[in-house]
Amino acid sequence: MNETIQHYLTDFKQLQNIKKDDWFSKHRQSAFNIFQESGFPSTRKENWKYTDVKPIAKNLFSNIANSNVVINDDEIDAILFKEQKCIELVFVNGTYSEKYSNIRNLPNEIIIKNMANALVNDKDFLKKHLTQYVNYDSSSFTALNTAFIQDGAYINVPSGLILERPINITYISKNNSNVFATHPRNLIFMGENSKAAIIENYIGIDDANYFTNTVTETSLSQGASLKHYKIQQESSNAFHIGNLNTSQNKDSRFESHSISIGGALVRNDINAQLNEEGAEIIMNGLYMTDNAQHIDNHTRVDHFKPYTQSNQNYRGVLNGKSRGVFNGKVVVHPQAQKIEAYQNNANLLLSDDAEIDTKPELEIYADDVKCNHGATIGQLDNDMLFYLRSRAVDEQTARSLLTYAFVDEIINNISFQSIKNKLEHLIIGRLPDSSLIREYV
Amino acid sequence: MLHIKDLYTAVDNKKILKGLNLSVNVGEVHAIMGPNGSGKSTLANILAGKEGYNITQGSVSYENENLLELSPEERARKGVFLAFQYPVEIPGVNNIYLLKAALNAIRKHQGEPELDAMEFMNLVKGKMKLVQMNEDLLSRSVNEGFSGGEKKRNEIFQMAVLEPKLAILDETDSGLDIDALKIVAEGVNSLRNKNRAFILVTHYQRLLNYIKPDHVHVLSKGKIIKSGGPELALELEEKGYDWIN
Repeated sequence: MNETIQHYLTDFKQLQNIKKDDWFSKHRQSAFNIFQESGFPSTRKENWKYTDVKPIAKNLFSNIANSNVVINDDEIDAILFKEQKCIELVFVNGTYSEKYSNIRNLPNEIIIKNMANALVNDKDFLKKHLTQYVNYDSSSFTALNTAFIQDGAYINVPSGLILERPINITYISKNNSNVFATHPRNLIFMGENSKAAIIENYIGIDDANYFTNTVTETSLSQGASLKHYKIQQESSNAFHIGNLNTSQNKDSRFESHSISIGGALVRNDINAQLNEEGAEIIMNGLYMTDNAQHIDNHTRVDHFKPYTQSNQNYRGVLNGKSRGVFNGKVVVHPQAQKIEAYQNNANLLLSDDAEIDTKPELEIYADDVKCNHGATIGQLDNDMLFYLRSRAVDEQTARSLLTYAFVDEIINNISFQSIKNKLEHLIIGRLPDSSLIREYV
Repeated sequence: MLHIKDLYTAVDNKKILKGLNLSVNVGEVHAIMGPNGSGKSTLANILAGKEGYNITQGSVSYENENLLELSPEERARKGVFLAFQYPVEIPGVNNIYLLKAALNAIRKHQGEPELDAMEFMNLVKGKMKLVQMNEDLLSRSVNEGFSGGEKKRNEIFQMAVLEPKLAILDETDSGLDIDALKIVAEGVNSLRNKNRAFILVTHYQRLLNYIKPDHVHVLSKGKIIKSGGPELALELEEKGYDWIN
């Protein structure tokens, strides 16, 4: 057994001794066995061809939660979307913070609580649902997460409830005495015809050194509608592996917006299962990389039934010596006639040393479907540049402005104004020569 | 104001302008007419500073400066304006913010105080009436989803706000119906004054029914082969370009 696996095994044994959720122990054990057998994926695996996770494997992160850090009020205020009046679930270094969370004044019957609490107090429901919407057999990171679940969000929206306030789940990571890994696990269950918006915000403070290995399972009952926003702004030294799984029933609608701008080495996976007729998923994504960052976005959509729809639009802006990956796969199963599936990935390369690997894939086993996919890699449009310059805008500003316009198309889809504004602000700050364009936006 | 002398240009080794001469004085309106492929749009683009043209011979001076050495943005700040034949759509860049920034960049360059949002909006409201611009179009992205006619009107609207010294209109009449053409022409006419010059690049004489030029030039195979007064345009319309060749 190599040193890394040995290290995780030691932590795992320690965790098994201190956990109070005995009913879940057998899941942990079988998940750990899978991780132990397969280890971290190598680039020989097709799914990991462009992303080498050796830097994660060679760090011996502490996997036992220790939130013994102080987050001050200024830091919190800068992180939360105060104007939006969200329902707040805040986690510090992987552990629920009652102090910063706000789950008061909830509508009747809705359940919003942290996973550590739910594992003990909601085990009847969790027994039926936790690990039901994700397959840890095929992903060693998901297996590792399942073995090490310590906290996260459990949200259960009852049938017919339309939740007006968004639920904001914030994962803050800040330097601790040792390098640490967190394994957040979120379970979101949407009852029939319910409606909600959920934000997962991953943020690092002070260039902290850590590894976030997060898994979210969502289940949408008939007619349910969920808007899901993932904002990944981990610290520049952080590793982030995120896995979002959706399981959708008849006429449900999932909207995913994934904004990924932080981290040193990042992988975002979305696995969408359209299980019944009329299920629809929209996936918008934006990744912005600079310096030596590496951000990989993988999506997979399974159209199992007729009249299902998927529509993906991912955009990337790559600068410095950074690298981006987009690999989107759509599988149309044999009985899934009359489906629609669209996939688009557009990239802007701002430097000669930046790199993007893009691979949209369609696998179609039905014959009466509407599908298309496309990918572009390019520089800024010369006609647009000339038009702006002919209107007295200097070249540098024009370039920055067009880059902003390129990414703003994704941000524009966000329906909460104050969250959108904050993200726009964040994005502008990441653009080259951003100070030049403030009067235009 | 503008002196083009013996100008030769090529794109990808294909010669386009072949010894073009033209002088424009302040206050004058010049029409440049010619068949497709004669080099009309090339001339307009070169004056505005578009890249990709190789200037192999000749000179262009604008207000006693070598125009060809200036970047497009410097030309704009010094009062050169190009109304595009095909205005590009720029999703995500707001029409009105762009115009405000453009105006203030020009004002700053010319030593005038920049306008604040209120002053700017007052100015804009007046100019919109001039070209009957729909106010909704202002807050949209530059030209995005505009009809052909709306795009052309937006160009004239921008021109009205920016008040250039030298305005070059590249086929502004093409694709316009007669009502839109009249609106565009009225916009141009209202901006005519003794401090401003216009170069109207057009294929058809139609526009010149509404904007009366001081001078008409016929461009063919990269050079001006005939110049005259407004009557030349009528003659061309009647006899066609073959007559001149």
